[in-house]
Amino acid sequence: MHGLLGPNGAGKTTTVRVLTTLLRPDEGKAEIFGFDVRRNALQVRSIIGLTGQYTTVDDMLTGRENLHMVGKLFRMSTPDIKVRATELLERFDLTEAAGRQAKTYSGGMRRRLDIAATLMSRPQLIFLDEPTAALDPRSRMDVWRIVNELVEEGTTVLLTTQYLEEADHLADSLSVIDSGKVIASGAPDELKAEVGQAWADVTLIDAAAVEKTTQILRERLGTEPVGDPEAMQVHAPLPEGMTLNELLNPLRDSGIAIADVAVRRPTLDDVFLALTGHTATARASEDVKSKKKGGKR
Amino acid sequence: MVSTSLKPRLDAAAARQQTGLSWWLSDAWQMALRNLRHLTRSPELVMFSLVQPVMFILLFAYVFGGAINVEGGNYPQFLLPGILVQMVLFGSVAGTTIGISTDMDRGLMDRFRSMPMSRSAVLVGRTLSEILRNVVSMLVVVLMGLLIGFRFQGGVLSALGGLALLLLFGYALTWVGAMIGLSVPNPEAAQSAGLIWIFPFSLISSAFVPTESMPTWLRVYADASPMTATVNALRDLFNGNPPGLDVLLTVAWSVLLITIFAPLATRKYSLRSR
Repeated sequence: MHGLLGPNGAGKTTTVRVLTTLLRPDEGKAEIFGFDVRRNALQVRSIIGLTGQYTTVDDMLTGRENLHMVGKLFRMSTPDIKVRATELLERFDLTEAAGRQAKTYSGGMRRRLDIAATLMSRPQLIFLDEPTAALDPRSRMDVWRIVNELVEEGTTVLLTTQYLEEADHLADSLSVIDSGKVIASGAPDELKAEVGQAWADVTLIDAAAVEKTTQILRERLGTEPVGDPEAMQVHAPLPEGMTLNELLNPLRDSGIAIADVAVRRPTLDDVFLALTGHTATARASEDVKSKKKGGKR
Repeated sequence: MVSTSLKPRLDAAAARQQTGLSWWLSDAWQMALRNLRHLTRSPELVMFSLVQPVMFILLFAYVFGGAINVEGGNYPQFLLPGILVQMVLFGSVAGTTIGISTDMDRGLMDRFRSMPMSRSAVLVGRTLSEILRNVVSMLVVVLMGLLIGFRFQGGVLSALGGLALLLLFGYALTWVGAMIGLSVPNPEAAQSAGLIWIFPFSLISSAFVPTESMPTWLRVYADASPMTATVNALRDLFNGNPPGLDVLLTVAWSVLLITIFAPLATRKYSLRSR
């Protein structure tokens, strides 16, 4: 399981579209299991499965008809289609809803049906492009469970996400991309070590103290805090096991007045701050159009 | 696990490529089946495509008809071929344009395009299923026509020939609709910009009035329009006149439209990204 992590407009979906033969790369080369996405597009299509950002089920068809259609289009045999569809409907808790039109499904059910359709042909490689976008927390957990099971069964999965938490939860290895370039890759733990397990947002009373606070925290924590004078805040990655007292005592000793302290899990913004020095959201507002050079995975 | 099961699967992929025609037919059939299910599950789609021709029959037969002078003085006989051709124009072009642009907008096409299926089959299946919709609408409109005084005067063969010609022209028009549906950014644009041309296109023809009544510059266009050729061909066949040049022209127009728009639309579909 490999994760592509990046903000909106970073090139995640573009990468997936090139690798799934939906988009022809202007330049560069991408191979899936040794098949060139440009020259061997048909072979690539027969071994991959794609679950796009937008649910790709037919609303007017029932859940079961959707799966049957996909099976037919993959030229599976009719008995195989029946068995496989029943198995997937059962597995994704859709058996009861199988005879209803997909337009009556909830967001989570549609997404599960979508993934089931992707799995009909038993693909070797599955692309999940932001599979939990716009899902409620419970449906998101369902999708995570499904994805983890797939990986355990030996399916190779390429996941894109905007959420660090999701990538952390699901992927064995991660590439962080920004403006169409891979800016960091490695296991989630390695990336997190770089970014910090948790972050503290220290809000000060006086903007003038931001620089001094940043300095003290840098010495005290051994990490790279980022000062934001406008918000009168300092964002600091916390080393593992650090208590709030250890963080705040040196500030108190230096006579710095603190309005608020919040400790939170690192966000994508923090990763980007740590890796690039700019925030993901600032980047996302720019229109980034870059040509992807896909890798093999 | 990956390395052991991969090899036979790829051979299967290669085999698929070799059995081209059955592969293509199977994909096209699946797509047609899907669209037919859409039609049967939303009868409002069919109903909607009937409201317009039924309304036009009533408007023209009883509101405008009295003021329009036609040869022989039998306006319903003159009107019905025009209504039928306008009906397949609206049904084929609007149905296909909106259907395809909606599919593209929802991302379902992304799934199809990422699968090892024939790309032209997606569009062929869609256009073939439109024929059935036209058959249903055609029967309703003919029935309406019989009620207001229209009669097939050329025998069974001529009547069937005329209806077949109508369906052929309608099929050619679905490819025009497919091309428009693939060219517009979203279904809303398809509703407005993609379809506005069909009103003047259908009205500036011999469908409702004799083209002799138009100013010369407009008449030159109207006489050359494929609408006029098809309407006139249908009138010949339904009125019992010997089939003439207009029948040939209709077939030629239909073949020409398919030859141009089917490859264009297929190419557009292959290249189109969401």
